[in-house]
Parts: sequence; structure tokens; C-alpha cells
Amino acid sequence: MKLGEVMGTLVASAKVDGMEGLKLLIVRPLTSSLKPDGEPFVATDASAQAGPGDVVTYEASREAALLHHPRFIPVDHAIVGIVSQHALIDLEEDDV
Amino acid sequence: MKLGRVEGTVVTTIQHPFYEGRKQLLVRFVEPDGSLDGDNYVLAVDVVGAGVGELVLVQDEGNSSRLILDAIPNGPVRSVIVGIVDAAFVG
Repeated sequence: MKLGEVMGTLVASAKVDGMEGLKLLIVRPLTSSLKPDGEPFVATDASAQAGPGDVVTYEASREAALLHHPRFIPVDHAIVGIVSQHALIDLEEDDV
Repeated sequence: MKLGRVEGTVVTTIQHPFYEGRKQLLVRFVEPDGSLDGDNYVLAVDVVGAGVGELVLVQDEGNSSRLILDAIPNGPVRSVIVGIVDAAFVG
């Protein structure tokens, strides 16, 4: 699982079977210290409440599909939760 | 499995039910000599009570993690902290 930020929403009316009624969100991946880290992607929302501006946790590949179990949904990214607390220490400082 | 150091904690109150009551720790992957492997990290479920700053062993593959969390076959989890490393001897 990793951290991401919801940048926007997306509607695609014509979709493959199994993706009906799915909320699609545009997510930018983040580093552990919440800095942008790579290309945005489109994820479904297994937390069902994420919206633009939210920092979220997301899963990929098989775990993304499993988040929608028992429905089988052909997706490769899915949001797991909305981050309410995030705390870090500085590992660079006392690096070995 | 991978070697990493616990960099911090994440709490998600609104979440998929599987993650209810599960502790989630941010783990930065490290080289065998302990130096950080760039920004590479993962958010892992902790089952061994690892603390921030500790060197840990991370199971970073779904089926093994599901086995550890007794969540076969449908647990939506890929990364689990499975051990706290006392010492690593390299080279």
C-alpha cells in the first residue's frame, strides 16, 4: 500500500462490464513524506468517501481488485482509506 | 522479504473494513548496509509491534501476507511487517 493525493474525479459512461456505477478518481502518487512522486493514475474508491484534495492510501494490482470483493472489478488501482493522521521521523539524520 | 526502517505512522479512520483496528506503519526500504534506498517505501500492516526508527523485515507479497493475517483468499493486503531485526551482518 502507498500514499496518494486525489486530484480530481472522472466519469466514463462507456465502460467494460463489471465497472458499472464505479466512482473513478484521479490520484497522484506521493512519497512517504507526501511529496508528489510520479504520474497520476485513475483509481476506484474502495473507501467510498474520498474526494479531491484528500490524502489517501491505495493498493495496486490484485489487492486493488480484492478491495471490491465479492464483486470482481477489473481495476489495477483502488483507494483503501483516507489519511487522518500522518507522522514521520527524519531517517536521514541518524542514518547508519 | 525486504529490509526497511520504520519512518512513521499513518491512521485512516475512513477506510476499507479489512483495515479496521490494524496498525499501519510507513517503512523506507534500505540497502543491506542500512542506507536508505532512495525514496522507496511501503505502507505495511504491523503485527510485531515495531517502533518508529526500528530496522524491520517486510513481507511484500500478497499471498504470503494474506497467510500471515489469516485472510486467505480475499484479504486486500500486500505488505506486512513480520520481524524486528536485531542485527544484520553484511559483507
